[in-house]
Amino acid sequence: MKKLLTVSILGLALAAGTTQARDYDHVRFGVDVPYEPMEYRTPEGELTGFDIELGNALCAEMGVTCEWIEQEWDGIVPGLMARNYDAIMSSMTINDERRQSLLFSDPYITMPGAWFAPAGSDLEEANEETLAGLSIGVQRGTTYDSYATDAFGSTANVNRYSTADDMMLDMEAQRLDIVFLEFAVGQSTLLDSDAGDFKVVGEMVTEPAEIFGEGFGIAFRQRDTALAERFNEALATLKEDGTYDEIYERYFGEE
Amino acid sequence: MELVNWFNELLAGNLIFTPQTLGYYWNGVVTTTQLVFLSLLVGLVMAVPLSILRGSKHRWIKLPIYAYTYVFRGTPLLIQLYIIYYGVVFVDGIQQTFLWPLLREAFYPALIAFTLNTAAYTTEIFHGAIKATARGEIEAARAYGMSDRMMMRRIILPSAFRRALPAYGNEVIFMLHASAIASVVTLMDITGAARFVYARYYAPFEAFLFAAAIYLCLTFAILYFFRFLERRLLAHLRPQN
Amino acid sequence: MLDLHGYGPRLLEGAGVTIQLAVLSLMLAIVLGLLTASAKMSRSWLLHKIATLYTTVIRGVPDLVLMLLLFFGGQMALNVLTDILYDRSGIDIFINLNAFAAGVITIGFIFGAYMGETFRGAFMAVDHGQIEAGKAYGMSDWLVFRRIRFPLMMRHALPGLSNNWMVLLKTTALVSVIGLSDMVRVAAEASRATHEPFTFLLPVAAIYLLIASVSEWMFARLHKRYNVGFGGH
Repeated sequence: MKKLLTVSILGLALAAGTTQARDYDHVRFGVDVPYEPMEYRTPEGELTGFDIELGNALCAEMGVTCEWIEQEWDGIVPGLMARNYDAIMSSMTINDERRQSLLFSDPYITMPGAWFAPAGSDLEEANEETLAGLSIGVQRGTTYDSYATDAFGSTANVNRYSTADDMMLDMEAQRLDIVFLEFAVGQSTLLDSDAGDFKVVGEMVTEPAEIFGEGFGIAFRQRDTALAERFNEALATLKEDGTYDEIYERYFGEE
Repeated sequence: MELVNWFNELLAGNLIFTPQTLGYYWNGVVTTTQLVFLSLLVGLVMAVPLSILRGSKHRWIKLPIYAYTYVFRGTPLLIQLYIIYYGVVFVDGIQQTFLWPLLREAFYPALIAFTLNTAAYTTEIFHGAIKATARGEIEAARAYGMSDRMMMRRIILPSAFRRALPAYGNEVIFMLHASAIASVVTLMDITGAARFVYARYYAPFEAFLFAAAIYLCLTFAILYFFRFLERRLLAHLRPQN
Repeated sequence: MLDLHGYGPRLLEGAGVTIQLAVLSLMLAIVLGLLTASAKMSRSWLLHKIATLYTTVIRGVPDLVLMLLLFFGGQMALNVLTDILYDRSGIDIFINLNAFAAGVITIGFIFGAYMGETFRGAFMAVDHGQIEAGKAYGMSDWLVFRRIRFPLMMRHALPGLSNNWMVLLKTTALVSVIGLSDMVRVAAEASRATHEPFTFLLPVAAIYLLIASVSEWMFARLHKRYNVGFGGH
């Protein structure tokens, strides 16, 4: 009886030892939703956004089917390692820190970070002086976290959240003075929504390069070099034939 | 100076344990210690009168205290933390009161949750110890003509607190470990520092094993402190040779 | 009436996850606890040391830290192993450590250490004369264990066991932090989305109290059963 129990509990952990072909004809993407306009659900519940449309177009170009699996940012890399999906396409910035454990495609877009504060806030500029002693919100483990931590970690309180939702709630509750995140995301979740009145503070942030890297890339497990190569080729094709520009303009207007 | 050099050399070539991340861990130790120490202190102060009243003969004194300890001991601390952290925000107009500058920080909601939790456990520990007072001690006190108050102060409480010491030591360690959930509401305690380091470098072993080692050291420090206290305060209970 | 904004079914599902998780972890903890207790009482120096190291380290580190370590680190370690296997021999197996499994293993592992202490104390409290009497009847070691040592030990272990179970039950809430949709996570998510924290968190707290009260009652009955023939309490 006891043996049976041990075996069944072990079996729990060792579930699903399926063999998987290395040449994918079905690609599963891990994605952290909502992150409007990059990845979000329409009120009807349909998953859409720049990453989603581009990802689907890439799959179509490569002649594979694809599937999107939602995963919070905190656990998005472990999820890839756990093979819950085969790639991450979720506004992930390419940088050297991440290259230690991930393989990246060529960058497919670059997006600046920006500061957002309540409309009534006195903040006009975001620098060491104006932010001193204030509470800054970021999503844990993002590029924006690294930037805020390195630049203001010693003079301001950096509050880190598992999800963007948590962060927005604390922003609305006035626990945070300012948040730092991807510009396009702040624009749709804070400026163009009814969450309250918010404004952009100061300039867009794209430097330093060792944090903001070369832009967003699709991340793979390190041994999946063949898959990454196929995505790079497909991306180049989409950029040539105008499909990429068409999707880009739909979300961000003329370049 | 030499120490600084030695330190820098030690860290050279190490991508994860930079002076910056070590600084986070150190701040984490400070935050954890403050949080645990303050909540234990306030919890202890609350628990002494509560544990006495918990043994009262009046139902209307006894029952509410029992209900309080039952609820706080019967539900996860994480839920209590969520209720207080998210709950205060939705109290109408709280943002305009003088309390808001405190409640706005994650530290104070966490402190309130931890304090209420440990006070509930400590109340029950003391209550149990008071109930276990030897009849002989009480009779002796009565024989001396002591009033109830004086007997409580001079006889029952001192002996009950000593008897409660081992159980209270466990509660202190329990609180230290329970405080790890503070990172869930953005506090950068030891676990918060580890989660930050993990999320930035994707190095789970370095990040969490280092945190585990710190907690282990703190646990041993508490353990030895209570052993020392027990040796001093419970000396009269040891067999004499 | 309570308006759960359509989260009702998911909360119920979450409660199911919590209960499954707690029961499976308890079973693992009991098995590990019995093993640990035997190791601690064995004559082997090595087994004794290993068991002591296990109970000391586990009881010195917060549950959440161990859980994060296993959930985030365990998969990485497993992948390194399976990758080596693939590169060396072309065997492509894959072991998936999901949040549920990580939760069961961590909680079981943690409480195995506490159970070990409980069981050890209880085994030591068993009157040696009873065991000798069993042997005198010609019972095998296994039979002595099953008929005499285990039931007698359970009598002494029950209070500790019930206490461990109550703590374990509350510990399951931590799996919400590693992304498992237990009832705490569903409630937290719902409170953020609807801005009504009390509507979801208070009922979940009540469910925990309900489970705790039911368990208390069950343990009281078990206590009665194992105390048959010992009179009084």
